[in-house]
Amino acid sequence: MIFERRLLTESRGAGLVSKLWRVPWLFVLLLGGIAAIGYVALWTAGSGNPDAYAQKHALRFGFCLVIMMSIAFIDIRIILRFAWVGYAFALALLVLVMFYGNVGKGAQRWLDIGPVQLQPSELMKIMLALGLAAWFHRASWERMGNLLFLIEPALMVLIPVGLILKQPNLGTALITGMVGAAVFWAAGMRWWKFVLIAGAAGIGAPIAYDHLRDYQRARITTFLDPESDPLGAGYNIIQSKIALGSGGMSGKGFLQGTQGHLNFLPEKQTDFIFTLIAEEFGFIGAMATLFMLLSVIVFCYIVAFRSRHQFGRLLAIGLGTNFFLYVFVNVAMVTGAIPVGGVPLPLISHGGSAMLTVMIGFGLLLSAYLHRDAELGPMRE
Amino acid sequence: MKFWPGRRPSGFSANTNIKREEERRRSIFTRRAALLGAVQLGALGFLGHRLYRLQIEEGRRYATLAEENRVSAKLFAPPRGRILDRRGEVVAGNRLNWRALLVAEQTADVTATIETFSRIVPLQDHEKARIERDIRRNRRFVPVILREFLSWEEMAAIEVNAPDLPGVSVDMGTTRIYPETEHLAHVLGYVGTPTEQGAGDEGIVNLPGMRVGRAGLERFHDRVLRGRAGAVQVEVNAVGRVIRELDRREGIPGQDVQISIDTGLQKAIRNKIDEGTTAVLLDARNGEVLAMATKPSFDPNIFNSGVSAAQWRQWTASRSTPLINKATNGLYAPGSTFKMVVALAALEAKVCRPGDAVHCPGHVDFGDTRFHCHKQSGHGGVNMRTAIAQSCDVYFYEMARRTGMDRIAAMSHRLGLGVDLEIELPGTRRGLVPTRGWRQAQGHPWNIGDTIVHGIGQGFYQLTPLSLAVMTARLATGRAVQPHLTRAIAGQPARGGRPEDWPSLSIPEADMRVVREAMWAVVNGGGTAGIARLPSQYGVMAGKTGTTQVRRVSREQRERGFNVATLPREWRPHALFVAYAPYDNPVFALSVIVEHGTSGSGAAAPLARDILVEAFQRLPVNPTPRDPRVAELGR
Repeated sequence: MIFERRLLTESRGAGLVSKLWRVPWLFVLLLGGIAAIGYVALWTAGSGNPDAYAQKHALRFGFCLVIMMSIAFIDIRIILRFAWVGYAFALALLVLVMFYGNVGKGAQRWLDIGPVQLQPSELMKIMLALGLAAWFHRASWERMGNLLFLIEPALMVLIPVGLILKQPNLGTALITGMVGAAVFWAAGMRWWKFVLIAGAAGIGAPIAYDHLRDYQRARITTFLDPESDPLGAGYNIIQSKIALGSGGMSGKGFLQGTQGHLNFLPEKQTDFIFTLIAEEFGFIGAMATLFMLLSVIVFCYIVAFRSRHQFGRLLAIGLGTNFFLYVFVNVAMVTGAIPVGGVPLPLISHGGSAMLTVMIGFGLLLSAYLHRDAELGPMRE
Repeated sequence: MKFWPGRRPSGFSANTNIKREEERRRSIFTRRAALLGAVQLGALGFLGHRLYRLQIEEGRRYATLAEENRVSAKLFAPPRGRILDRRGEVVAGNRLNWRALLVAEQTADVTATIETFSRIVPLQDHEKARIERDIRRNRRFVPVILREFLSWEEMAAIEVNAPDLPGVSVDMGTTRIYPETEHLAHVLGYVGTPTEQGAGDEGIVNLPGMRVGRAGLERFHDRVLRGRAGAVQVEVNAVGRVIRELDRREGIPGQDVQISIDTGLQKAIRNKIDEGTTAVLLDARNGEVLAMATKPSFDPNIFNSGVSAAQWRQWTASRSTPLINKATNGLYAPGSTFKMVVALAALEAKVCRPGDAVHCPGHVDFGDTRFHCHKQSGHGGVNMRTAIAQSCDVYFYEMARRTGMDRIAAMSHRLGLGVDLEIELPGTRRGLVPTRGWRQAQGHPWNIGDTIVHGIGQGFYQLTPLSLAVMTARLATGRAVQPHLTRAIAGQPARGGRPEDWPSLSIPEADMRVVREAMWAVVNGGGTAGIARLPSQYGVMAGKTGTTQVRRVSREQRERGFNVATLPREWRPHALFVAYAPYDNPVFALSVIVEHGTSGSGAAAPLARDILVEAFQRLPVNPTPRDPRVAELGR
């Protein structure tokens, strides 16, 4: 029995070839499938011209795939040891963007690194999940009940959230906070503390609002009520709903959509890409896409449940929640359920920042999967 | 890490304990992760349900909307808020502007339509380039301006040829107008087309011909003045005809801003001054800017229709810098007008008493350098009062030496020099009062000789006329008033209008009295500006002259007793004067700088007197004010 087990661990531990064998290729295929949906949708978005967005999308996915696989083969112990480096790097970029960031859509968000535009807040979400998982992986249930122990990780969440708020980018700040909260929850922070925090936020928000300057308030109202921007989100959402609804059960067919081609849909290649899918492939196509995205989230949970170390579990939950929030916020937005803007549909939307960071996240996830039985040191009281 | 008391070997048992804990942690994780997963699954289920409702249940309705009709949106530009002067006169308003617009999606061939239009109303190449760029940047249903400020004939021609011009329409917009042209340009600023950066997060800038504040008060109060765009959403059929209105959102007009400038006074002052002269007149009690005049200036109306390259080159190449507001951005040495600061710093440092005499033989030697007084024969024995009144340099060389530069700089900051005065004019310079640390940071030592020279307001100083006026107001009232231009926004009074809005400077009243009496003596007690005495019905003013060299006077010239008036104009000294009035109940505070005016008493002081007379005539100080604390001006 013991003998067999050792054999198993040895065969698992070493060798690129054996690791290659154990890669969950079905998952990689799933990612490829989603990217392929993106390719088709971007073909449509380019008005039937694949050169407009689709080709770049395919190239970018290939590049990100290489990065993902390279990260996947890094030993999870190394990832754990250098998790703080990743976190600190993302935080440093976030600070950098405050001083050198490009102003886009009225907020400092982008950093130009040569030809690539990086959105540090996107990277921050992944690195936050990584950093928190590393912080909590040895924490026992008793320790999680200790308020002092939670101060530092709370700062790990609040500092980037504050920086992103300052950009200002309320939407991403909230999502980042929620990713952090998910890891805290899974790590075992007592539930009543969540209730307390939610309560305090509920009471504090109006008070904080009172103390804001006029122009800051104006920013928040525009965020909460995009209809106040008459040609912005309000218009977009009406158009999006018409395009979506007119798709019906089976859609109008590839390149047969009318709303998208008539340019009624703004930013159709980024935020509103799901609308194009739903218009041309109907309810069936939309649900199939949604199901594939759901499968990715389910895989994150599989990794979490099969991991024998807390680090892998927490990492997988954090990354899964991040992916979930992308999908939920984007689809809820294009169906007019919530009034937010600026969240792309990962792996499908045009644009590099989100895809790169999501794929880096999946690289980490795969590493956690491949090294799910690794010894990461004992728990501390 | 003590689990058990006593000396029990912990090896195996502790291990099991950790294992048990590990198990517990894992089961808690599993429960919580399952709950989280269920919530997320539920959320995605909700999205599925929503898709079902939109696509299956309401699909037919949306299909109708999509196939037969399309929704189009139109924006209304809100009228920009006006700027009124303190009497309520419009100094920045709106006037009608007829424009030709093109909606790209309503024409089959954009280029052909533009060509046709160009045959009716000739367009130049750069205009065509601009139109094509606008069409590329905007959504296809957003109207793009072909031509603004159409004449009646051009409009008629467009209407007649309408069938050949699909997608072209004429509409009435508004454009900014500044009735006072160059008189208020530096204060009001101007509007222009928005840059990407200035656009902000509102869709409003997508409007054709939208203008935003680019300088001055127009820029500072842009959010207030801009208002919010209204919009209608209409259903249009395939050829673009409106079928019905779906939604209408009224715009919010921009709000009016009332400023403290008196236009009549401003114009009267500008008509008195020559090129290179700057005058700033404040209400000494609350810091309201009553006039801020400088020459040359520019016509802000030009920015509205676009500045030609030639015009821009002419403005920027000119040595007299018409685009720059010298009141807030011109930097000068204060000369002798700085002596009150040195006096107050010396009194506060207790390095002298007001009555202490210093002997002035016309020059003084520190080390091997000789420092001259402006009066070569010397003033003889002078105390603080006579030193200010006669503007004795030797007295202040000595006071600066005793006090030290850092204490002088600290006092000057309290009086509003070299600090951010937070006036509502973007780009205002804060100026500089040097300190030892500042000089050392530049890699130079600070010598005692530097302190001595800075005692008479010469050296590294870089001060704006505005800050000198603020200094005068603070000397007159003892309060830390800050200059401001905004009186009211949308009828609501702005803050800072009452004297008690401003904290006390906490300089002892006795010290202030010495300086004020000396400033009184400058004009009324045989001082350097006796020529500038006010006509008696306006009361008495207090002031101080200043003359600052722009070139060093060589020993040779000094020995020859040369006359500065013989120098080329750009080598002559600047003339300065600061004043407040009435002496016993200060209302007006003023600074005047005449570039190359040769002498403060000769050029600046009489001009200051004329400006104050003008101010008293136009803004008579009400002897029985409604509010006893503030005598209302000009009502």
